[in-house]
Amino acid sequence: MGTYLIRRFFLMLLTLFGISVLIFTMLRLVPGNIADIVFNAAGMIDVAEKAKLEKELGLDRPIAVQYVQWVSGLAHGDLGYSYVSEKPAIQEILPRIPITAKLAGLALCFSVLFGVPLGVLSAVRQNSTLDYTLRVISLSGLSIPSFWLGLLILMACVAWFGTIPIYTDPPKGFWNALALYSVPAAAVGFRSSALVMRLTRSSMLEVLRQDYIRTARAKGASERNVNYHHALRNALLPVVTVIGIEAAFLMGGLIVTETVFNIPGVARFLVEAIRWRDYPIVQNLVMFIAVVAVSINFLIDLLYAVLDPRIRYAS
Amino acid sequence: MAAKLSALAAVTLAVVASTIAQAAEPKHGGILKIYHRETPPSLSIHEEATFTVNVPAMPLLNNLVVYDQHKPQNSMGTIVPELATSWEWSKDNLSLVFKLRQGVTWHDGKPFTAKDVKCTFDLLQGKAQDKFRKNPRKDLFNNVSEVTTNSDYEVTLHLKRPQPSLLAMLASGYSPMYACHVTAAQMRTHPIGTGPFKFVEFKQNESIKLAKNENYWKKGLPYLDGIEFTIISNRATAVLAFVAGKVDMTFPTEMTKALVSDIKKQDPSAICEIGPINVSTNLIINRENPPFNNIELRKAMALAIDRKSMIDIIYQGQGDVGGTMLPPPEGVWGMPPDLLKTIPGYDEVNKDREQARAIMAKLGYGPNNPLKIKVSTRNLATYRDPAVVLIDQLKTIYIDAELDPVESSQWFAKIARNDYSVGLNLTGNGIDDPDQAFYENYSCGSERNYTHYCNKELEALFDKQSVETDFEKRKKMVWDIDKKLQEDVARPILMHARSGTCWKPYVKNMTIMNNSAYNGYRYEDLWIDK
Repeated sequence: MGTYLIRRFFLMLLTLFGISVLIFTMLRLVPGNIADIVFNAAGMIDVAEKAKLEKELGLDRPIAVQYVQWVSGLAHGDLGYSYVSEKPAIQEILPRIPITAKLAGLALCFSVLFGVPLGVLSAVRQNSTLDYTLRVISLSGLSIPSFWLGLLILMACVAWFGTIPIYTDPPKGFWNALALYSVPAAAVGFRSSALVMRLTRSSMLEVLRQDYIRTARAKGASERNVNYHHALRNALLPVVTVIGIEAAFLMGGLIVTETVFNIPGVARFLVEAIRWRDYPIVQNLVMFIAVVAVSINFLIDLLYAVLDPRIRYAS
Repeated sequence: MAAKLSALAAVTLAVVASTIAQAAEPKHGGILKIYHRETPPSLSIHEEATFTVNVPAMPLLNNLVVYDQHKPQNSMGTIVPELATSWEWSKDNLSLVFKLRQGVTWHDGKPFTAKDVKCTFDLLQGKAQDKFRKNPRKDLFNNVSEVTTNSDYEVTLHLKRPQPSLLAMLASGYSPMYACHVTAAQMRTHPIGTGPFKFVEFKQNESIKLAKNENYWKKGLPYLDGIEFTIISNRATAVLAFVAGKVDMTFPTEMTKALVSDIKKQDPSAICEIGPINVSTNLIINRENPPFNNIELRKAMALAIDRKSMIDIIYQGQGDVGGTMLPPPEGVWGMPPDLLKTIPGYDEVNKDREQARAIMAKLGYGPNNPLKIKVSTRNLATYRDPAVVLIDQLKTIYIDAELDPVESSQWFAKIARNDYSVGLNLTGNGIDDPDQAFYENYSCGSERNYTHYCNKELEALFDKQSVETDFEKRKKMVWDIDKKLQEDVARPILMHARSGTCWKPYVKNMTIMNNSAYNGYRYEDLWIDK
């Protein structure tokens, strides 16, 4: 187990190094830099002034030098300065992480709390009216684009309640925050729970057909015991994988939801930074998302070992 | 019956009069909430060229002179003193003396003096040690040779040649005074001004907050305790936020006719105004590359344009046909309709297109041998949509065009490299004044003269109108120049857009300017009647 952990940890570091090189290179392959954008907004290009700005921001140095500077800065906790706000990048990035984390956490709770039980229910009552209804709902969850669902929710709130659940000021207190984030979390979680539900259902159906389930039933185990003790635990492996992938996605992929609900989170900020070619922000944010994704995957690998002894023994 | 009606009318009048009297009594307090369409690139007006910056930054600053904030049409006659108490031209019109207001302080408590005026001009003209990161209007004050301080409260602007429009340029929202002791970098992130509001906070993608300047030099103003701009980049969300009352006002001139109708349907009490913003959509043709180096081909393209249908399709009729200068009645300098009709391409579309087809046939093009081109434009809806209509219209004269959407960040770089044949562009004018429009867009060598049109004779006329002090005489000269620019296909103007602003009825004293989108955001005497 120890060797397995060490191997996985080094693999994680290697992945992060690869990602850092990839982000850095790809960002510079995209046409235009901050100087182009800055002048574009003014409707003109002054070549001399542009060159001056590039020099000031260190963009005239060789890419390899820029990369080494960034990585050594990272190692010392120095993320550089935002080209746009001219503030330390860490000051711009840090306050946005809890906002997205809260939203993603709530959305994930929504998807697990609804997706797993409804998936199990749908599987154990296969081909019943309930199963068909849940399947239609889950299919809608997967098919309705989240921006459209978000706008529908906003329109309904304005039309029925005369208010709009969007972020205009930081929420004061736990309940205020819960009220503010729960609507967008439900909009995201609807799609996510549909995915979890469908996967739980199919995984459960597969497990329920296994010989050891028949054996358990033959031994006189109650239906409840068979479903929730013997079947669900074994059906959870692929579900846990998907939940992990969803968690990583939610940390950086909520651009549409953050835009529609006007939430100043990580994803919207990242897109804005890409638009401005604000390299220090983009690089560090993508690295942060990568660290989250890789760490979650690492945790899932550990969880596999906990859930399935065969993996533990094999490693 | 008649007596009853007149009694009813009298009561109604009395109620209206009392309401007006009540409404005319300004109240102090309250925070005005406006949604902002995007994160501004910075808060330094001098370094930017978009009213995305002017809207939140103008309340922080003051000019020497400014356009009267409650007269919708900016003109020389609506310029009022601000940090200057008076101004006087020398007899030869080569110097302009400003007497400055005493007792004005910057937001950090330091006094405003003539030195600050000089520092502002030194920064603008690149003479100061501190430099702007970019200086989009450095050419605007090219004619100012020197700025001298006569005392702490008097300053003289020395000109190379007479230029009555200098005052108009100084009155624009683009010409605020900056303090000597505040760096250009600080002005981008934490501006210090003398304006009615002080900077509090600017959070990217989130908000910009301003608070009342308790020491504002206009006693009793501002009425508001502050202004908060919530950045809502999604327009659908922003409209819903306005309808739900999360914000008191939409971002100025951001609403299309369709959105205004939608808002009025959902909130009939909302006050909405639609008007011109002095932004023209224009056709740019690279006259240096064949076959477009042939004036006949360029003329044929100009003749193919059906401006009226373009306005109907793109703006549901909310636009104006005109030349370089914004057309009247809102535009001060635009050509009258009668004169406009004498320009080829502005009268009868079918006849003009017939003529254009004849030219194209002479050049060897026809239905079986169309000229294949690419129409390049910025990949934004406001550029792309008219470009698509233009492509359709060019088909009528045997030009088979394909849309070439250019990534926004690359657009001006591409144009500057001359890497295009035909393009569609949008041009905004900070002030409704010929000097700004002509020199910036049509003078030889200007960075914004994208088509490199260069007519020395016409440039001499630019100078001639620029020194003319008689308004009526100057106006006629401007019409002649504008007509010639359209006839020369310098940069055919397709249309002038109109757009709308909405606010809640409890926001009082709001005036939307109708010949510029850059000058009317001081907001010092707005008040809220809630």
